[in-house]
Amino acid sequence: MSKPLEIPTMDMTSKEVMRRIEYTGDMLLNMGPQHPSTHGVINFLVQTDGEVMKRAIPEVGYLHRSLEKIGERCTYNGYMPYTDRVDYIAAMFANQGWAMAVEKIAGIQVPKYAEYCRVIACELNRISSHLISVGTMAMDVGAVTPFPYALREREFINDLLEELCGARLTYNYLRIGGVAFDLPSGYQEKVTTFLDHFEKILDEFNRLITYNEIFIRRLAHLAPIPQQMAIDYCLVGPNLRASGVNFDVRKQLPYSVYPGLQFDIPLGKGEQGTQGDAWDRFWCRVEEMRQSCRILRQCLAQIPKEHDIMGKVPRKIKVPEGTEGYSRIESARGDMQYYVVAGAGENAHRVKIRTGSFTAMGIIDALSRGLMIADLVALIASLDVVAPEIDR
Amino acid sequence: MQNWIDSLIRGWGQDPATWPWAQFVYLAFMGLFAFIVINFAAITAGIFSWAERRVAARMQSRVGPNRVGPFGFLQWIADAVKLLLKEDLVPTEADSVLFRAAPYFMMVGFACVFVCLPFSHTLIVADMNIGIFYILAVTALIVVGIIMSGWSSNSKWSLFGAIRSAAQIISYEIPAGMALMIPVMLAGTLSTQGIIRAQGGFPWQWFIFDNPAAFAAFFIYFISALAEGNRTPFDLPEAESELVSGYNTEYSGMRFSYFFLVEWGNMWIMSALATTMFLGGWQLPGLTPEKFDALTGGIAVVAELASLALFAGKTLFFVFVVMWLRWTLPRIRVDQMMNMCWKYLVPMSFAGVIFVAGWMLAVHAVPVLGVAMRAALFLAGAGAVIAFALRTMKNLRDTGDKFDFTSNW
Repeated sequence: MSKPLEIPTMDMTSKEVMRRIEYTGDMLLNMGPQHPSTHGVINFLVQTDGEVMKRAIPEVGYLHRSLEKIGERCTYNGYMPYTDRVDYIAAMFANQGWAMAVEKIAGIQVPKYAEYCRVIACELNRISSHLISVGTMAMDVGAVTPFPYALREREFINDLLEELCGARLTYNYLRIGGVAFDLPSGYQEKVTTFLDHFEKILDEFNRLITYNEIFIRRLAHLAPIPQQMAIDYCLVGPNLRASGVNFDVRKQLPYSVYPGLQFDIPLGKGEQGTQGDAWDRFWCRVEEMRQSCRILRQCLAQIPKEHDIMGKVPRKIKVPEGTEGYSRIESARGDMQYYVVAGAGENAHRVKIRTGSFTAMGIIDALSRGLMIADLVALIASLDVVAPEIDR
Repeated sequence: MQNWIDSLIRGWGQDPATWPWAQFVYLAFMGLFAFIVINFAAITAGIFSWAERRVAARMQSRVGPNRVGPFGFLQWIADAVKLLLKEDLVPTEADSVLFRAAPYFMMVGFACVFVCLPFSHTLIVADMNIGIFYILAVTALIVVGIIMSGWSSNSKWSLFGAIRSAAQIISYEIPAGMALMIPVMLAGTLSTQGIIRAQGGFPWQWFIFDNPAAFAAFFIYFISALAEGNRTPFDLPEAESELVSGYNTEYSGMRFSYFFLVEWGNMWIMSALATTMFLGGWQLPGLTPEKFDALTGGIAVVAELASLALFAGKTLFFVFVVMWLRWTLPRIRVDQMMNMCWKYLVPMSFAGVIFVAGWMLAVHAVPVLGVAMRAALFLAGAGAVIAFALRTMKNLRDTGDKFDFTSNW
């Protein structure tokens, strides 16, 4: 009766895909774009036979805001607030990637103190982003309580970042050549107080959900990504490292002050199931929060005495036309890359942003075959996709 | 209650067996009791909706509803008024007759159970001699309502929820029913009051500590009751992260609230049944049912109220446990849910019934065996409670006091 579905090609509209699915006699389920657990506006065309899915085709583009095109219209400095919107859960990283790309083409030196400020802000942001990720993942598996726990801790980070730059979500803290504001007085003590508290909470979080029997049974062996497959599909960040591939831009292609910092890269070991399964991806994020705490403590200890937050930046940044710059940073969602080609005036000729969530969407089709509907929700959550980062 | 009405009629100088108006008196009282029972069910469910939100908020470091009335207690009334005033939407594509009828099936299946639930020594609407059988039978009406709502909504998500629910409730009725057969065998009666009377006031006289199979049966029943009531970790039919809202996705207004009324009211039913069957019901320590029957005057009223409070206390504790589980555990998957039922709970409950049959013969031959087993199981149960308390205290010590919320540092 049911014949295998044709692989949809790039030019096939979603309506054509639907028609073909109907022809096979399976049920087509439109999961999204208003579904509660697609984490924003993403649509999944799910071909199911009862509870078991035949495949799930992600349909992206509902949140496309032409951010790359806007980058060509704005001046280099003027584009900074827009980069916040590339990934609003971890806006600091998008700031940093843009700043580093422009600094590269314009040859601007960033003072050591400002680099430390950037790393402190970024690592705080990494913790808050991972908190959202693990919280929503637990919620998608049905445990509601870990999510408010995570949000409660995130509030403290939001308070800290608000004190730093006045914003709680879209920070716009970094500037080309440095940062916008100095660390407020007593900031070191406040961050240390938070870290002392947070490390205990991480243990509690592990007791509550990470090692919960039902949670492990739901996620272990679920959609394991073998090492080679993870590399083939260009996965980055915790998704890649959960498969055991030791690649972290902070270690392998160090930037900023990361070479001087001691930290480990948690790799998925298949502790509860197969290497690279959904539980490993969850665990990697929990462990990365712990490592971020280590980095923050070191940064606070190493930060230079002189408060030099801006390098020498010309009033109008002008770069010879055609100069190309490329920056790679380790965002909360993995390897984030900015490619910028300088234009004739004060703005870029071309901006390209490579984000982790977009490539992660590509693997869902391959992984979803034979999973159940409930597993698809856990799979999407475990890849930690954020809708604005997919579409930009 | 029939005895009470009969004595009332005799008080009027008539014989209930021959007086022609006796049937009308019965009818009037049936209407009155039905009114009381449905209101009790609805009001308990409403209060539980407030309690659940408060408990959840406390567990999740939130505040919860705290505006309407003291501690937000009147929130459930405000919600009910709001839901009554909302538009009663029926989707165009829905089968409107079935769609409108489905909530009533749920309400009937749910309200009928209260007829046989005991509340105290004398307070029960009808102490039927087939009480447990009747409860198991009318509970099954709920699944009819769920399937009707899911099918008639003409929405794929609702259908998923309904099919899941049908599979779940029908499967879990078997272990629940078999587990309830164990106290029935021990008591030798299906009447709910009879089962309570066969137990005693002290914990070691309860059926849960009677033998290992009864001990296991309590947990089998509790797990199955969670599944039948669609509570976490078995809330698959309305899994909001997967199925939007499951079988009630398309409902709005008061019809929507009926589904939740049933869900919250079910918490009382499952807890009250657990209390009745395994935990001694309203039995007061040191007061045997025979002595209780013989009490008269003011002391009888005091004992009656004490038994009511004891029964409600035990039940409310289990209601709290159900809420506690909901806000702690993740949800299991459909295949895991079916595996758990058919591979573990069903065989275990059947084995338990056979074990109890043999055990009753053994205790009949050697009575001291029963006493020793009760003592051992009671100590084991007490030990488990103490271990749990110690573990909780250790966890509290490890994490330390919570961060200061108030000062905003």
